[in-house]
Amino acid sequence: MTDTEFFEFALRMGDNALILGQQVSAWCGHAPALEEDIALANTALDLIGQSKLWLTLAGEVENNSRSADALAYLRDARAFRNCLLVEQPNGDFGSTLMRQFLFDAWHAPMLTALTQSSEKRVAEIAAKAAKEAAYHFDRSRDLVIRLGDGTGESHERMQRALDVLYPFQGELTAPDSVDLALGARGVAPELAAVKADVDRLTLDALKEATLTAPSGPLRKGGKTGLHSEGLGRILSDLQFLQRAYPGASW
Amino acid sequence: MTGVPTSADAFAPEQSSQTMTDREGREREVSARRVPFSEDRPDAAEIRRWLEDVPDPEIPAVSVIDLGIVRDVLWRGDELVIAVTPTYSGCPATAVIALDIENALRARGIEHVRIETRLAPPWTTDWISAEGRAKLKAFGIAPPSMACAGAMMTPLECPHCGSAHTERVSQFGSTPCKAQHRCLDCLEPFDHFKRF
Repeated sequence: MTDTEFFEFALRMGDNALILGQQVSAWCGHAPALEEDIALANTALDLIGQSKLWLTLAGEVENNSRSADALAYLRDARAFRNCLLVEQPNGDFGSTLMRQFLFDAWHAPMLTALTQSSEKRVAEIAAKAAKEAAYHFDRSRDLVIRLGDGTGESHERMQRALDVLYPFQGELTAPDSVDLALGARGVAPELAAVKADVDRLTLDALKEATLTAPSGPLRKGGKTGLHSEGLGRILSDLQFLQRAYPGASW
Repeated sequence: MTGVPTSADAFAPEQSSQTMTDREGREREVSARRVPFSEDRPDAAEIRRWLEDVPDPEIPAVSVIDLGIVRDVLWRGDELVIAVTPTYSGCPATAVIALDIENALRARGIEHVRIETRLAPPWTTDWISAEGRAKLKAFGIAPPSMACAGAMMTPLECPHCGSAHTERVSQFGSTPCKAQHRCLDCLEPFDHFKRF
């Protein structure tokens, strides 16, 4: 029998990385500077590599012979468990960076906490991914500060991106029944503890960036499969080949 | 990883019947025959020497052994198992490396090769050998420093002229494992294999 809670958790970790990786990869060849283009492409690669590890684990936990590829390419939008933040549109370079920053500020401490997981496979993947996430956070934090505390134009764009995206960050640290159950089992950390780290990392950097986090209710739903319209468009690109040519490989 | 023999016991004569864990983690019965010490079967040390000729596909100056990504070499029955650890999760070279290792061993006459991915302990640049570091430098890539506090901030030595007067241009380079730097004295750009 499938350990449903564990399966859901592995899907959440994998889908967050997969969808953000897919979105960021769309910048390849379009970033405002060559160095940024390379950085975005490498970040996307790391995330997609991590998603493969998590989705492979999800397939093992489900115990129904689904590979990472089958989970990535052959599920419909309602079966995806990524948070709403990662499916928000790329927008301009500032929006993409702000989304990355808000994600990394959760991802890095979350993965660090997961290295202590009672589940060996989770701890192993987290140990691998935590170093990459820390590196991503260094970069997105640095750029958010430089652009937030930059020119009038860059400040305004970053503040606008923050106003739109900030309400989505809270979904990552708002525990639901899956998080609570796995927290109690020691598979995943208590999200309340992670939230303290996420808030500190986020707000310290925003202060330095002279940006102000908006108040207001958080926006959530993705973790349980209730997505925005955007995910359908992302999947139509991501899944096109396997849907049109089932089983194609090269 | 329970049930996976270590390289130490891989060369001990096997019991007439035992179970093993295969790649999918299922226990399976191993054929009931003894595999004796084989005169003509190369040992792990020799296989490692062969793998010193398998270059990294992205940085051909260093071998997979130099990089420290070959974690284990062992015989499981008549199958040769090579445990490889990925550098970065998304490094596109990972699949190519596995294929290159497999091809190199087949070319040496090994029929049954299995490449296993091993995540733990995670790879760090500290696994790169001293020889590997020297080869990177000779190739024009500043090698990673060994892990210590603040190493990211230590000025790098230019692999071309040796000056410590250098600056980072970009946090990422032509591959996930590298960053771009430039020398402020000889003005040459160079790659840095990031400490990771």
